[in-house]
Amino acid sequence: MIQLVWLIPLLPLIGSVINGLFGKRMGKTAVGLVACVAMVASFLISLSIFIKILSLPVAERSVEVTVFNWITSGAFKLDVTFLIDPLSTIMILIVTGVGSLIHIYSIGYMHHDKSFWRFFCYLNLFVFFMLMLVLGANYLVMFLGWEGVGLCSYLLIGFWYEKKSASDAGKKAFVVNRVGDFGFILGLFLLFWSLAGHGITSLSYKEVFANIHHLDPSMLTIITLLLFVGATGKSAQIPLYVWLPDAMEGPTPVSALIHAATMVTAGVYMIARNNLLFSLAPYTGEVVAVVGILTAFFAATMGLVQNDIKKVLAYSTVSQLGYMFTAVGVGAYTAGVFHLMTHAFFKGLMFLGSGSVIHAMGGEQDMRKMGGLHGHMKTTSWTFIIGAIAIAGMPPFSGFWSKDEILWETFEKGHHYIWALGLLTAFLTAFYMFRQVFMTFTGRCRADHHTQHHLHESPKIMTVPLIILAVLAATGGIIGIPFFEEGTAAHHFLNSVFSSGQHVVNHAVAGGGHVANAAGESEAIHGGLELIMMGVSVAVGLFGIFLAALLYYEPMKKFAPSFWTPENLAARFKGLHTLLYNKYYVDEIYDALIINPIKRLCWYCWRFDLGVIDGIVNGAGWVTRLVAWLMHKFDVYIVDGTINSSATFVSWTSSFWRRLQSGYLQNYALVFVIGLLLIIGGALLGW
Amino acid sequence: MTNLLNINYYAVAPELVLIGFAFLVLILDLLLKGRDKAVLGYVTAFGLLVSIPVSYFTNEPVSFSGMVAADSFSAFFNIVFCVAAFLTTLISMDYMKKAKADRGEYYYITLFAVIGMMLMASANDFVNLYAGLELMALSFYVLVAFKINDNKSVEGALKYFVLGALSSGILLYGISFLYGYAGSTNFAEIARAASAGSSQNMFLILGVCLTVAGFAFKVALFPFHLWSPDAYEGAPTPVTALLSVGSKAAAFAVFLRFFAGSLAVLQPHWAMLIWVFSAATMLYGSVVGVSQKNIVRMLAYSSIAHAGIILIGLLVTNDKGSSGVLYYLLVYAFMNIGAFSVITLFVRNNGKGANICDYKGLASKRPWLAFFMALFMVSLAGIPPTGGFTAKFFILASAVNSRYYLLAGIAVVSTVISLFFYAKVIFYMYMKEADDASVFTASPGAALYNVVIVISAVATVLIGIFPSVFMDMAVQAVKPLLM
Amino acid sequence: MLTLSHYLILSLLLFSIGVAGVLTRRNIIVVLMSLELIFNSVNISLAAFSYYLHSLTGMVFVVFNITIAAAEVAVGLAILVCVYRRRRTTNVDELDELKG
Repeated sequence: MIQLVWLIPLLPLIGSVINGLFGKRMGKTAVGLVACVAMVASFLISLSIFIKILSLPVAERSVEVTVFNWITSGAFKLDVTFLIDPLSTIMILIVTGVGSLIHIYSIGYMHHDKSFWRFFCYLNLFVFFMLMLVLGANYLVMFLGWEGVGLCSYLLIGFWYEKKSASDAGKKAFVVNRVGDFGFILGLFLLFWSLAGHGITSLSYKEVFANIHHLDPSMLTIITLLLFVGATGKSAQIPLYVWLPDAMEGPTPVSALIHAATMVTAGVYMIARNNLLFSLAPYTGEVVAVVGILTAFFAATMGLVQNDIKKVLAYSTVSQLGYMFTAVGVGAYTAGVFHLMTHAFFKGLMFLGSGSVIHAMGGEQDMRKMGGLHGHMKTTSWTFIIGAIAIAGMPPFSGFWSKDEILWETFEKGHHYIWALGLLTAFLTAFYMFRQVFMTFTGRCRADHHTQHHLHESPKIMTVPLIILAVLAATGGIIGIPFFEEGTAAHHFLNSVFSSGQHVVNHAVAGGGHVANAAGESEAIHGGLELIMMGVSVAVGLFGIFLAALLYYEPMKKFAPSFWTPENLAARFKGLHTLLYNKYYVDEIYDALIINPIKRLCWYCWRFDLGVIDGIVNGAGWVTRLVAWLMHKFDVYIVDGTINSSATFVSWTSSFWRRLQSGYLQNYALVFVIGLLLIIGGALLGW
Repeated sequence: MTNLLNINYYAVAPELVLIGFAFLVLILDLLLKGRDKAVLGYVTAFGLLVSIPVSYFTNEPVSFSGMVAADSFSAFFNIVFCVAAFLTTLISMDYMKKAKADRGEYYYITLFAVIGMMLMASANDFVNLYAGLELMALSFYVLVAFKINDNKSVEGALKYFVLGALSSGILLYGISFLYGYAGSTNFAEIARAASAGSSQNMFLILGVCLTVAGFAFKVALFPFHLWSPDAYEGAPTPVTALLSVGSKAAAFAVFLRFFAGSLAVLQPHWAMLIWVFSAATMLYGSVVGVSQKNIVRMLAYSSIAHAGIILIGLLVTNDKGSSGVLYYLLVYAFMNIGAFSVITLFVRNNGKGANICDYKGLASKRPWLAFFMALFMVSLAGIPPTGGFTAKFFILASAVNSRYYLLAGIAVVSTVISLFFYAKVIFYMYMKEADDASVFTASPGAALYNVVIVISAVATVLIGIFPSVFMDMAVQAVKPLLM
Repeated sequence: MLTLSHYLILSLLLFSIGVAGVLTRRNIIVVLMSLELIFNSVNISLAAFSYYLHSLTGMVFVVFNITIAAAEVAVGLAILVCVYRRRRTTNVDELDELKG
């Protein structure tokens, strides 16, 4: 079964090719069918591989499948190899599983779009690249996927390219991602270059990890920091998160699949995959954790005041990604991947839910114009609420288990400030999510009459994926419940992947003197502490929900103190509100600090040129002018000329040599005989 | 002596199969009347298909007193010939009707040409090499002239014939010197004499020079290439496809067996000659290709340029270079026949569809065909992920490995120049709008073209994506040469 | 006493005459005759080598060549007939439709 792994990415690729080439003529039903069948088939194969992996002994759960050897030339060898291990299995399950649901949902959501086929072509292509990213057994295949998903993301953000904001958002995502990718490429180059110094030319994870101890820690720190720069771009972390909220210009299923469930988690996956490298570079780990938690916190604060239904979810995504980075930064890789999975469920669910709402509202995204939708769309609202409860971290829903594990691990590993900030973020998350729920689904409908008239529940093809995702969001936390003696099911499953990195981390801790005493005693204390922590985070979440209810839930409003209304609060904390509302002016700051200075620099250069250089030129008189003139001529005739004249030269040579082909038979024979004589003459002279 | 005279018919099984089919087609042509003759093409194609497995399983390295070497090397070439002839036969059925030259002899003459190529590929002696070469050449003279009511066709054939006969005479003269030098026409004997005696022997030098000229004519190396654009343009388009792929591959087979195999000891002496040939040919082909307006002529020059690049692999007398040649020829067969199939589909008797500018706006009228044509052009230009790229890559890698840096550089320059005209076709197809879309209407027999085009496209891409599979085959095939 | 060189020089002369004929004669029929001359010059050379090397291969090869040359002439004349039908000329210089 595992040998069939190549089918998993191939099927979406085939789907994409079919839709890309024939889609225009195939009709919408066929297009949707092709895309979804490819995805579901791919999911089923992933599922069977997962089951197969489960049945294998732990030690044999990492299988490399070489699909083909692309090019071998001397010592240089390039393979397309897939790595099946617990981590990649989980990732392919998420990508194909959530991907299938979102594909099915999209059939309904995109039904009226004229570029239906183009959408599915891109979407399938995205899945293909994403699967290459997570399945690749060497850095090159991962990089191929990494760039590929970036391309698809760009294409899909700008899917409605007629809209200026959409194409601008696409461009912004592209540029910001390039900044990150530059760091990523630099990191990869540095890694290969430094390994090549030790005679390792292979790019495969196995070889790299086995030989990573050759590198000295400072080099590893630089490499991992550069890789992390790539991750901040792809996974929208400070300082490169700015593209993700804008990316909401894309169709909602795209936001759900690419900008919530899968692509943006690529950075987390990358760090988890390279856990050994990051564990060996503790300083980078610190940086990752701090950046992660700061992102989580600031994104959450920005989410508090957004009015666009998708923007709230976007900031929430950035914030949750921050949690994941915090987890992998402190070395809690399992917790990070576990949260990645539950997040895929509930955030995918909420995006699709918001899509359903937007669909019903006829394209309206402003929550201030919604309200009371619960009465009109029961399925959407219930599933959305389940998602909100999950993300708010209420037991026993999935978000509770994963978020709590992250918080607990940070606390346990001694990062108390991070933990505190995480707890605060959990409170904010609960607050803004329920603010959204109450504003959208409860109270009086604030939409105009026309829209109200058209409110309707979405078709089955959209609600069924919602229900499935809601079930997953509610129950997906099971694998995070500590059933096993050595930890949760997730730990148990992923342990083999992270053991090497974990070992390094533990070793470092042990070396630092924090040796755990008698195992039993500490276990007991930890167990108790963990329960208390759980209680605290639940309480914090409940408090957040309660405050949101006081502000935005009609039946609760009467219990609130008189100043406790959104308007009053906004007025009282006007400065803070404006700051948050304008997203800390980060876009403006970037403009002011980076983009404008560059423009200004150009302008100064120009002024300098004008004022000083020209002054000197004038002062120096005609001699200098002659030089300038000569330079100009050089430019025109030599530089430009070389380019143009090489083309001219080729065509001139071409027409010259054409004349050899005169059409006269005996000329041909003559050339033939002359050629022969030249050969013989050359040979007799001994060449 | 008795065991030397081992007449082993298994060694020529693929040839015998095709001879059988050729006579079957000949007899059917006499018996069938009118519309029933349509079956001739299918019988021919079937015969060529049958010959592929037979070639694959034929392995009799020493037979007919060492005259025939039916080894893995000849098997590889036989398969290339059969595939090429199979594909061109499929596209010629409709074309010949269109050109009003639908006569039965076309098919069995094609088969005889293939038999000639096969004899060349397995020849280990100048006598049967020459017999094979003449069988192929005579068949091609007739095929080029097949549109007897077309001025260009007969003119091209006449030029091809006179120059071809001249080159045969020169080749033969060279063979006579080699015979005088070694006392035998057998490759192995000549190789033995060459390694034993002085390399400055007059007969040897003359013999080698004259035979090189003879084969260089078949491969269309500068300056012995002058026949090829004229013959290519005049010939019926499917014949051009077969001529550019089959006859070239057969001549390369001989080149490889005789020069890279038997005369490998003298490599330092002939290396300079081949070096100059290679550099001049690829530069000439790509430069003159730039100013062509007729697409078939453009492909003729492209074919000359490709021959120059393939020659690099011959110069590098090791397994990398030789297997690179085989690999390149395999890829070239598919991409070139693919491109010619698209042209064959569109070319009209009145000359419409023969110029590059006739392909204006193909992308909007027939997007699929335009896509495939673009694919073939991309592959001919040597851009990944197509087979054309990997083929160039292997050849250039072998050149760099053997320190022919300058030649590799020239190959890159030639590739860049040739990009001009390949891109021109794509440019016309995609960037311009058609003035006269009537050219793009499909003829009734278009299904067969589509089959050929799709097979060629799939093969071109497949070879590009899984090069190692085909490279292994090529490496296996050249093993007997390098022993 | 006739030596190998005599035969070879004769062969070379005939060969040169043949090549010169191909290069200079404007009438296609004469060109074809010159081509025959080339083939026969080779036959002389092969036969001479065969005789002086005491090897039969050369003689066999000559027989092959004569046969093939016959076929060659047949094909050549057939093409010539086609050309004449279309163009009403046997002058090679008038066939220059294909060039460039």
